[in-house]
Amino acid sequence: MNIELIIGILNIVLISTTPLVFAGIGELVTEKSGVLNLGLEGLMLVGAVTGFITLVLTGNYFYSLFFSIISGVILSGIFAFLVLNLMTNQIATGLALTIFGIGLSAMLGKKFAGTPIDGLNPYYFIVISFLLVFLVGYFLSKTKSGLIVRAVGENHNSAYALGYNVIKIRYLTIIFGGVMSSLAGYYISICYAPMWQEGMTAGRGWIALALVVFATWKPWRLLVGAYIFGGVAIMQMNLQAIGVKLPGQFFNMMPYIATLIVLVFISSNKVRLKLSAPSCLNIPYEKNS
Amino acid sequence: MQSIVEFKNIFKSYPGVIANDDVSFNIKEQSVHAILGENGAGKSTLVKILYGHVKPDSGEILINSDLAIINSPSTAKNLGINMVFQHFSLFESLTVAENLILGMNENISLTKLKDKSKTICDKYGFNLNLNSPISSLSVGQRQSVEIVRSLLNNPKILIMDEPTSVLTPDEISNLFKILKNLVKDGLTVIFISHKLEEIINLSDYVTIMRNGKVVSTISTQNEDPETLGYKMLGYKVSKAKQVRDINFSKDIFNINNLSTQSKDPFTINLNTIDLNLKKGQIFGIAGVAGNGQKELMEILLNENDYEFSGDIIFKDLNINNLSTFQRKSLSISYVTEERLGHSAVPEMSLSENIFLSMNHKREFKKGDFINFEKINSYASDVIKNFNVDTPSYNVKAGKLSGGNLQKFIIGREIMSNPELLILSQPTWGIDAGSEAFIKKTIVELSQKGVSIIIISHDLDELLDVCHQISVLYEGSLSNPLNVENINITKLGKYMGGLFD
Repeated sequence: MNIELIIGILNIVLISTTPLVFAGIGELVTEKSGVLNLGLEGLMLVGAVTGFITLVLTGNYFYSLFFSIISGVILSGIFAFLVLNLMTNQIATGLALTIFGIGLSAMLGKKFAGTPIDGLNPYYFIVISFLLVFLVGYFLSKTKSGLIVRAVGENHNSAYALGYNVIKIRYLTIIFGGVMSSLAGYYISICYAPMWQEGMTAGRGWIALALVVFATWKPWRLLVGAYIFGGVAIMQMNLQAIGVKLPGQFFNMMPYIATLIVLVFISSNKVRLKLSAPSCLNIPYEKNS
Repeated sequence: MQSIVEFKNIFKSYPGVIANDDVSFNIKEQSVHAILGENGAGKSTLVKILYGHVKPDSGEILINSDLAIINSPSTAKNLGINMVFQHFSLFESLTVAENLILGMNENISLTKLKDKSKTICDKYGFNLNLNSPISSLSVGQRQSVEIVRSLLNNPKILIMDEPTSVLTPDEISNLFKILKNLVKDGLTVIFISHKLEEIINLSDYVTIMRNGKVVSTISTQNEDPETLGYKMLGYKVSKAKQVRDINFSKDIFNINNLSTQSKDPFTINLNTIDLNLKKGQIFGIAGVAGNGQKELMEILLNENDYEFSGDIIFKDLNINNLSTFQRKSLSISYVTEERLGHSAVPEMSLSENIFLSMNHKREFKKGDFINFEKINSYASDVIKNFNVDTPSYNVKAGKLSGGNLQKFIIGREIMSNPELLILSQPTWGIDAGSEAFIKKTIVELSQKGVSIIIISHDLDELLDVCHQISVLYEGSLSNPLNVENINITKLGKYMGGLFD
């Protein structure tokens, strides 16, 4: 293998992994505050399609980014209202959000499928994704606001007893997660593959969810994990390219099988999982009256 | 001295219960004011209203003669009111320093926090390591963290909800010393308890509550435990009489060299526990909560396939690998600590709860069908024989009061004629009448030849009924002490981990 090939592969890994980092880091913050949002896939798709349509209609990158983010705020805001105020089941609501997002994006994007656009340079986003991981890590471990987010996820009753507004804090972390997911979607439809196609996120939302568990809720591990998964995904193409004789479906399966194996490995150590998981994850919070 | 807090006609009801009924009294500045009452008398609700944790239906609170509207804990803290909760409000996986920062009203740097907390610790004799995670601390240390966290906000009023229920006798006297010093320096302490002697030792005034109402507010100067107890209950309670000078001979139950090696830092590892129980004997396992009681009970029950080394022998049979129901079939009965959710399913009727606990018994089944006739008659026998106050066996378990449900659960187990009965916290949080009844029942049962193990944090309860007591401390069990001529100082030392 020559240097050019290696650089080429690294380049593709960087470009293809970035949406996992965006969606994963957002979900990590949401889960740190004790809320499980399974709607990432739906949020990403809607973020991707709103960004794409706005770009096609206005030709303005700033507007398209803006509306993509707004779609994340609105959808995750609805999710937050349902699970925090109406106290619906987080898992069911998250799944519904994904199904809703898949359908909504398909309907909105129908007319625009195949429209050509000029894509944005992905490198800006790659740099931003690294910065974000660093900032989130710093925020969670070094600032009082980050400590409050962790405290709310650790024990919401105690946090309330100390005078913190649990619901408000969770609204903010859910919306942060939603915005990150729509950014991930925006990146996919504007930078990674500048086009719109139904279901084009191809399960990346689910992999991002698994990554958060893989990273045991630590930002830098999430980055490492994302690149391992990204690497596996790219490896399939290269293995095929150098002529390994296996059915194509097998290569397509690889990232998902890797996800499964890692999750099984991580959940086998119950003690470690219990230590790193936010204790109030997926537990509804009912305010005292 | 003027009043710092005035409660005016506080009223709070929950579905089916009136927690506070027209509560009015004043608390004087720079005093220790106790609120005394049985479980369910409304003490906790009242202080939670003062702390903004619970909203009253009607009534007013005046702080320094000004009307205060306290909607949330943060408003309470701004008014200088801080609270130390009965079940601590600490974050297990965070460090002491992080827990302290979270409780502070202002934003300060870590170095400044260290200075401030060190000043407080030195002044009042707390000993804290700011970098340890809460999960590694003993219960007493956790309480210190809570108190220091409150003091960092320079409070004017400190509420303490049953602070002594988790402490050893030494830790209690230390806490009282600290509280008295704090009051000297200008603090007002509101102290909730149902322990009469503590109230007389510590507090200047006491408000006695019964069924949500204030009975009276008096100075503690001229009171003794007996007069105060009578005022709290409204009637006198007779004590259980245990016969102690018996020579027990027949071995019935042995634990040999029981140890666990879990890597989970949230559980306590048991350390070479030995225990020998004779026929007709009551054996008490004392100790502060969180010293391995839960783990020991889980191994005795075998609900969770806990891994351990050592042997558990019942009547010469090694029962290490027997399931819960196999153990029950051998005539071992259990009453676990959590009444609702473990001993009984709150949403199911009393009859159904009988079946759930006894389904190893053939007579309760017809093939795969439940024999409700048998179960209902069993349930009504329990209700009749154990004074359970309930209209019928079809009532849901969750509707019964704590005392009635506990009588039902203990009755359910006793009626199955066990040879060994293992109880965890049998009288925790129930009314004095039920408590006396249960103690009497346990004593009578032992006199009929049933062997009993009681795991309890309540030393008085164990001293009332047991023949022998051992102390569990950080997973190790002390040598047994005979209750007949027990040395209380020694027992206190054992509870602090100083075994012989």
